[in-house]
Amino acid sequence: MAQLYDRYSGIVYSVALRVLGDTGAAEDVLQEVFMQLWRNPGVFDSSRGNLGPWLAVIARNRAIDGLRKRRPETDIADVVVSVEPDLASETERGRAMHKVRSVLGSMPARQRSALEMAYFEGLSHSEIASKTGEPLGTVKTRIRGGLMMLRKAFQT
Amino acid sequence: MTVHEEYADDLALYALGSLEAAEKALLEKHLDECAACRHEVEHLRGDMALLSLSAAGPMPPQRARQRLMDAIKREPRRQAAPTRTVWWAIAGWVAAAAIGLVVLMLWRDKSVLVQEALHLRAVSSQQGEELQEARKIVETLRSPGAQVVNVTKTNARPQPQGKAFYVRDRSSLIFLASNMPALPAQKAYELWLIPKQGSPIPAGVFKPNPRGNAMVINPPLPAGVEAKAFAITIEPESGSSVPTMPIEMMGAGE
Repeated sequence: MAQLYDRYSGIVYSVALRVLGDTGAAEDVLQEVFMQLWRNPGVFDSSRGNLGPWLAVIARNRAIDGLRKRRPETDIADVVVSVEPDLASETERGRAMHKVRSVLGSMPARQRSALEMAYFEGLSHSEIASKTGEPLGTVKTRIRGGLMMLRKAFQT
Repeated sequence: MTVHEEYADDLALYALGSLEAAEKALLEKHLDECAACRHEVEHLRGDMALLSLSAAGPMPPQRARQRLMDAIKREPRRQAAPTRTVWWAIAGWVAAAAIGLVVLMLWRDKSVLVQEALHLRAVSSQQGEELQEARKIVETLRSPGAQVVNVTKTNARPQPQGKAFYVRDRSSLIFLASNMPALPAQKAYELWLIPKQGSPIPAGVFKPNPRGNAMVINPPLPAGVEAKAFAITIEPESGSSVPTMPIEMMGAGE
């Protein structure tokens, strides 16, 4: 567990901190995510994805739940994350981080904003629409389009 | 497999957890039936994981690590979290345990039987080897073509000689004689076991071959008699129950 912590605590903590904006609350999410893995290693199915990306998504979802003060809606064992880089080594994480930032930098500002509001703030598309004054359909398409841009960048 | 285009945008929102309740219920109904769209949700979560990297940089303080390690020490690990305790789940475990027990017992029985079989095979093999060796000895002794050579002091006149090998516990006796003088007609040599107490016991009748050699192998003897000496007399060919004097040869045990 110490080894896993040393490898993945950075990504878990940083995504929780970005969502919550509070170091103490981010530490709580970090603790909760790793304790769940410790209590029940079976929640992560290694045949259906890599641990690094899975932890990142689980941490984000928990942080959003905390932010919106809601109970977790999905059992983490049901969360399957399919993505190519396993983010296991520091080099790989560094390379992937650089690429992600590059894609976000090249994204139209409104699209990037919609994507970040959905992901890091946990806003629904209607909340984003009312915040930005854009049509619901446009917000939906922008969010999906932003995720597709990221996917394509890692497919080439 | 192709993602249903009409659901494409909603799939992204579903993965992000930002779909409204009604839309979510509708989409989940579709997901139950559509493997391609389920697969797409998994990919969209992968895209989300990549997006997480844009926040990477801050590292947790050292105390967070210590806090986790302390909590782990306090809490035993579970191998699996039972979600629902229903009777058939328990029945399944009981059945599995019972099957496991039976398999274990059978395995142990088999293991014991295999061990015993191996032991018997080893014993049998050892006995077989011993028997083979004994047969070889007896065949050598009994073989009509065997070359029997008595080794004595050079220039010494060969003397009649007998050697008895007696094992009391087994009532087993082997007697070898050499340079035995020729017998009168209708007479034979008789070997006697002289016990420490009691009368001499007949231990076999024999006639030497033309070269004066003879042997007696395992004559019928009472069990466990301690021998003080062995003696040879000349008796009728059918043998006697009491030795006829004089005693031709005699030797005491070592």
